[in-house]
Amino acid sequence: MYACLHAPGNGPLLVECASAFSPHIEQTTPDTVILDARGLEALYGPPPALAREIERRAGVPVSIAIASNPDAAMHAARGIRGVTIIPSGREAEMLAPLPVNLLAGPPEIAELLDLWGIRTFGDFAKLPPLGVAARLGDAGVHLQRLARGEGYRQLRPAEEPLRFEAEMDLDHPVELLEPLSFVLARLLNDLSQRLAAHSLATNELRLRLTLENAPGHAATLKLPVPMLDAHAFLKMLQLDLSSRPPTAAVLKVHLAAEPVKPRRMQRGLFLPAAPEPEKLEMTVARVRHLVGAGNVGTPELNDTHRPDSFSLRGFAPAQPQPNGPNASTAESCHLCLRRFRPPRYSQVLVVNHQPVRVLSPSISGRVVMARGPWRTSGDWWRGDAWNRDEWDVALETGGVFRLFRELDSGRWFIEAAYD
Amino acid sequence: MSLTAVLQLRAEIESRFELAPGLRSPERTLLPTGIEAIDRLTAGGIARGQLTEICGPQSSGRTALAISILSEATRRGECCAWVDATGAFDPASAAQMGVDLDRLLWVNCGGNAENALKCCDLLIQAGGFGLVVIDLADTPEADARRISLASWFRLRHAAERAGSALIALSRRVNAQSCSALQIELRRQRTIAKGRLFTALAIEAESRKHFRSRTVEFLAVR
Repeated sequence: MYACLHAPGNGPLLVECASAFSPHIEQTTPDTVILDARGLEALYGPPPALAREIERRAGVPVSIAIASNPDAAMHAARGIRGVTIIPSGREAEMLAPLPVNLLAGPPEIAELLDLWGIRTFGDFAKLPPLGVAARLGDAGVHLQRLARGEGYRQLRPAEEPLRFEAEMDLDHPVELLEPLSFVLARLLNDLSQRLAAHSLATNELRLRLTLENAPGHAATLKLPVPMLDAHAFLKMLQLDLSSRPPTAAVLKVHLAAEPVKPRRMQRGLFLPAAPEPEKLEMTVARVRHLVGAGNVGTPELNDTHRPDSFSLRGFAPAQPQPNGPNASTAESCHLCLRRFRPPRYSQVLVVNHQPVRVLSPSISGRVVMARGPWRTSGDWWRGDAWNRDEWDVALETGGVFRLFRELDSGRWFIEAAYD
Repeated sequence: MSLTAVLQLRAEIESRFELAPGLRSPERTLLPTGIEAIDRLTAGGIARGQLTEICGPQSSGRTALAISILSEATRRGECCAWVDATGAFDPASAAQMGVDLDRLLWVNCGGNAENALKCCDLLIQAGGFGLVVIDLADTPEADARRISLASWFRLRHAAERAGSALIALSRRVNAQSCSALQIELRRQRTIAKGRLFTALAIEAESRKHFRSRTVEFLAVR
């Protein structure tokens, strides 16, 4: 049994009224709402009593129809003012006087029906079904079933936007990370289960802590791939909190997860193995905890000639291609630099414009080979411009180094070792 | 099916699938170094699932050899990690050598060798890395020697389980019996042309290898 409420211009009111009777409601059009009234007899009595109760709750003039299927109720509510109760089996008879344009079929069918002189549901219902099928197709047959009040379908309930949030007020302020972990574990388990129930995962977790006599603490975990592992989330939050602890005792914990579709991928049989993204994220979080956030990642060269200019970004390797290039061997390889960060200040003895001795706390010795200078400069329009002469020197004590002399200050630095 | 077709099919299967240890061809378990002389020295490359030590004094080509191996691994689409105890890694040199930086995870331990060991252990245990390099080349010898054999054994065992090639860069041999191969490098001479320093001539000697001998190669600037 379904009840339909129709009141032009009162859509939100109808939704609120219908929601008071049933959680299963469909807002078919802005001014028409259908609700599933099955089982409401026990609460409100027979359909006329239910209709009266709905009318009373609505508080505005509303057309109400109760029928055995949603479409019959909808057509009756739209076509007949006041309360209409359609007993089961008498749908065709009750709907017969309604104008056929209430069926809201395709325009070409409406035009044909008009040409044939079909004006009401009753006229349309009387047409032979085989003839309707031959002339109007499946759409025509469906409309004729609706005109007879025979259509049956499930309601399409309006879905509210999914929000995955959980929070807990603590009885006593929590100062230590360990007891806080139990609270976080409980909330994360709850969130993970709710996400799993909707076949979803998350790629972003937001933690908000309300602190005692201090501004709140917020942390956001951005995951490179959608995940649904409460243990991994807990470990990552623990690592984050231990590296950046709250400044005061915690009074309230609020967690929110951004719902996304879970990752589905099939790796190729012949591709090289790669770290599992979920496990990798956890490992990188642990490594980050050990060495600091700015010391882990994939190096990316910056588009500049400035020496040693690069940035670090999150490690997210692309899927390898099945037919990668084959190995190549060469008789020699390129020489590499080992950088000193920052460059080491050094004293350099220069004779005849050539460095002859290097003196620094860690690297010292007589120069046995010196090649240079090579002048480089850049970014003169910025405050951090560089302007220097570079030398390659081999020391008697072993080791080949790159030195540079800042032209502005005249100071010498050891920038790197060739290795 | 003709004999040629059968042989082609067998070669295809051998090249694509992991075979039983007895049937496995050496190419599947070795990672080429990209340097012909070193590949000759090591009979095809460094072993996967084993610890290889590359040691030598400053400017002996240790980093060049390790980055050449890194370049080969990333060229094959493998993910690699460079655990840098002192933060001396130069991304520009690696890119010049052909390393696909997108497949490289760099960890800068800021001079803490103990953290470098821990990070290396974590990364190997995560699995999926084709090559992990632990760079102790600038770590003071005393600190490197303080690393216990148990730690090296743990790393080796983890690499064996994960099937990752593990390389340790250092000044001297530290892992002793835990390493499957030790390559010792020495700088022979510095080559310069006019005002330009052009190359280092490097001598490499392999230890613990049945074809143990010495080869020479150039690290060109």
